[in-house]
Amino acid sequence: MRVRFRFSKLGKVRWTSHRDLARMWERAFRRVDLRLAYTEGFSPRPKVSFGLALPTGAESVCEYLDVELAHGEQPDVAALPGRLSPALPVGIDVLAATVVEEKGSLQEIVTSCRWEMEAANAGVDEGSLRDRVAQVLAADSLFVTRVRKGQSTTDDIRPAILSLAVLDTAVLECELATEGRGLRPSELLAAIDPGIEPGRVLRTHQWIQRDGAKWEPVPLLLPATAAPHAERAS
Amino acid sequence: MTSLWPRIEPLLAKVQKPARYIGCEDGAQAPVHGPGKVGWLLIYPDAYEVGLPNQGLQILYEILNERPDAAAERSYAPWTDMEREMRARDVPLFSVDTHRPAADFDLLAFNLSAELVYTNLLNCIDLAGVPVHADRRRPEDPLICAGGHCTFNPEPLADFVDFFVIGDGEEVVSDVNEVVRGWKASGRTSREGVLRELAHIDGVYVPSMYDVAYDGQRLVAVTPKYADIPERVEKRTIADLNDWPYPKQQLVPLTEVVHDRLNVEIFRGCTRGCRFCQAGMITRPVRERSNEQTRQMVTNGLQRTGYNEVSLTSLSSADYSGIEDVVGGIINDPMCQGSVGVSLPSLRVDAYTVGIASQIAKVRRTGLTFAPEGGTWRMRQVINKLIREEDLYGAVESAFSQGWNRVKLYFIAAPPTETDEDTLGIAELARKCVEVGRRHTNRVTVSASVGGFVPKPQTPFQWFGQNTVDELQRKVNLLKDTVRRDRGVQLKWHDPKATLAEGIASRGDRRLGAVIEDVWRHGGVFQEWSEHFDLSLWEDAMARHGLSVDWYVYRHRDEDEVLPWDHISAGLHKDFLWQDWQDALAASGVEDCRWTPCYDCGACTGYGIEHVVASTLPPAGGSQGTFVPVTLGGTR
Repeated sequence: MRVRFRFSKLGKVRWTSHRDLARMWERAFRRVDLRLAYTEGFSPRPKVSFGLALPTGAESVCEYLDVELAHGEQPDVAALPGRLSPALPVGIDVLAATVVEEKGSLQEIVTSCRWEMEAANAGVDEGSLRDRVAQVLAADSLFVTRVRKGQSTTDDIRPAILSLAVLDTAVLECELATEGRGLRPSELLAAIDPGIEPGRVLRTHQWIQRDGAKWEPVPLLLPATAAPHAERAS
Repeated sequence: MTSLWPRIEPLLAKVQKPARYIGCEDGAQAPVHGPGKVGWLLIYPDAYEVGLPNQGLQILYEILNERPDAAAERSYAPWTDMEREMRARDVPLFSVDTHRPAADFDLLAFNLSAELVYTNLLNCIDLAGVPVHADRRRPEDPLICAGGHCTFNPEPLADFVDFFVIGDGEEVVSDVNEVVRGWKASGRTSREGVLRELAHIDGVYVPSMYDVAYDGQRLVAVTPKYADIPERVEKRTIADLNDWPYPKQQLVPLTEVVHDRLNVEIFRGCTRGCRFCQAGMITRPVRERSNEQTRQMVTNGLQRTGYNEVSLTSLSSADYSGIEDVVGGIINDPMCQGSVGVSLPSLRVDAYTVGIASQIAKVRRTGLTFAPEGGTWRMRQVINKLIREEDLYGAVESAFSQGWNRVKLYFIAAPPTETDEDTLGIAELARKCVEVGRRHTNRVTVSASVGGFVPKPQTPFQWFGQNTVDELQRKVNLLKDTVRRDRGVQLKWHDPKATLAEGIASRGDRRLGAVIEDVWRHGGVFQEWSEHFDLSLWEDAMARHGLSVDWYVYRHRDEDEVLPWDHISAGLHKDFLWQDWQDALAASGVEDCRWTPCYDCGACTGYGIEHVVASTLPPAGGSQGTFVPVTLGGTR
């Protein structure tokens, strides 16, 4: 049985890494005595698969994890969030769990993420921020040089910016494509204005495409729809 | 509540491994402070990932927080990037539990497990905003104290630490808490008053209560200033480990640390009598935890933490009475679903031990490590590590025949009386182990790790002048040349330069304080880390203060010399240690007194305590020091 979990990462625990998170989950499964399927071979590993790594320091209300349960393990899936949350650190809450039938890893199926970003500098000029955002949206291309895996490369990041808006004085909201090289929120912020010091970053949605519509891998209370106005519901 | 978190958090985006500074571990406590409570900040003065697993600190953290009149939190040395950010924004050292400023605690209590962290201790005091010199502190500053193995020679830190706690900490922390609570209640007036009172507690050493006299380079005496101050401070020893089933809630970190697994201490103390081993000398006698309590702690600990590995810790875990049953019990426990790994640090070298290891390997095959320490039988008699070659080959044979293809061997380079023949014996042993392995598999690797010997206080080798850096380097080169064409032998060695700095800090007197301060002021922190270690800082500091490396490090001491730590007692009679040193020079070994008659080292008789061991017979198959042939096995 393959189960997909949706969980949050909020508060101090946001400073742990993606690798740290994997260890926390493994210990949590053992603490609640939920047996996982293991890989064969010399050093068996539990069959768990995380979605797109959240940058260390970023928060999220939409992280996902797929696990393959051991043969014969038939838990009450609806009760799993309540069982697992107390076994995880404060700030990591299991929001939902569902059995998944279809193939495809989270990494493959997620096509874009929605983020909220805060500028840490006090008194960022709202007017010039709005102007700069308008320029970025009006541009056909936006080339930036960034370091990936130790290699410096120059790419056009404009196609990865699916939406971008100034919500509040110092809060930006954007939807960024994850396919190809992807675009990190910190990279976008630097491209908008290198003078902005990145503050809190929150991932609010991860989107998959199915039948021409956008869906969340595990929706919460409201079903996700393709209509842009519904995307804020979370 | 005075939490620095809002000022700390903005720094975290700028540093490596920010999870070092957030706390939030499972088992972490958020104690409430108040006027009736003594606030302790327990500090491990090294990086978080090294300090977090320290069991001593975790034990005291729990014992103190169980007291209604104490509140204990933890801190670790901020890494250099974080320190830079903190200093740039005037953020002081803080606890990771509630992010309280260090200076708001009544005590800053340091754990000293290694000498090369001494400069980090100064840095932590300074980052706390407290004067580094004890004599410049005001009554409102926290008391600075230290415990741990290094405090068996506290003198190099005498200028900076208000008081030291010698020996097991479980009981004495409560004695200290009582005195400090009283001082706090009376309005924290005189610093000297509370220190004088603390000096009356058994096991507490207050360096400012002693005068030190020198005659030229020679130390003449360390004498108490007042009649009510003890001439000698005796270490504290808990009689029975079963009274202290701690930690009950071992901390489970959120980020990667060393020894990231459940740790259960199965016994404290060791009487194998290895003469180079300070831990074995200062923690006597042997006090075993009962099999039942061990099992209980393992079962509860695994359940609570979610770890799938447990380490049964001690100085020689295969010597634990009933080790086979305990290991078997864990591995075959249906609750563990056959997936819990067991690790046994400090394995004895014999085939019996490999038998236990292969039982463990059914779950997970980890590396096998043996520590023959010396390259020849003569050398091993000198250091009293009485492993015969057949013991080692038996162990290796057993390992390779049961599927291992990689074995690690640990050696000490340049213990007393070592000749080139002894040094080359290391290569010879490694080579023969490869030959043994080739009978079973073609993919044999034997790695030999060689560390330069640094004599430690309170051991029979405390009188020995250690080898120079050049001489150590020559020996390493000799070994490198010898094994160059040996396929299957891998040689690894520690930087000989680090042994000099460690030697300076290990056997120094109070005059070394100026050197440690000088190294720190010149930026010498994290000296345990090769990327930060800089020997020239130490050599320059010694020269600036007119102190001779030859005198402190390379010189053999006489029997009648006053040693800087003579007024600190690990219970061992000085004449016992001297006799053991003479036996070493005569290449004569002594047996383990756990199973043979007492030779009156002083550790039991002096304190009216005894070994606590479940078995009066040597372990099955254990020849090391017991002279029981491997092939006969044990009878227990």
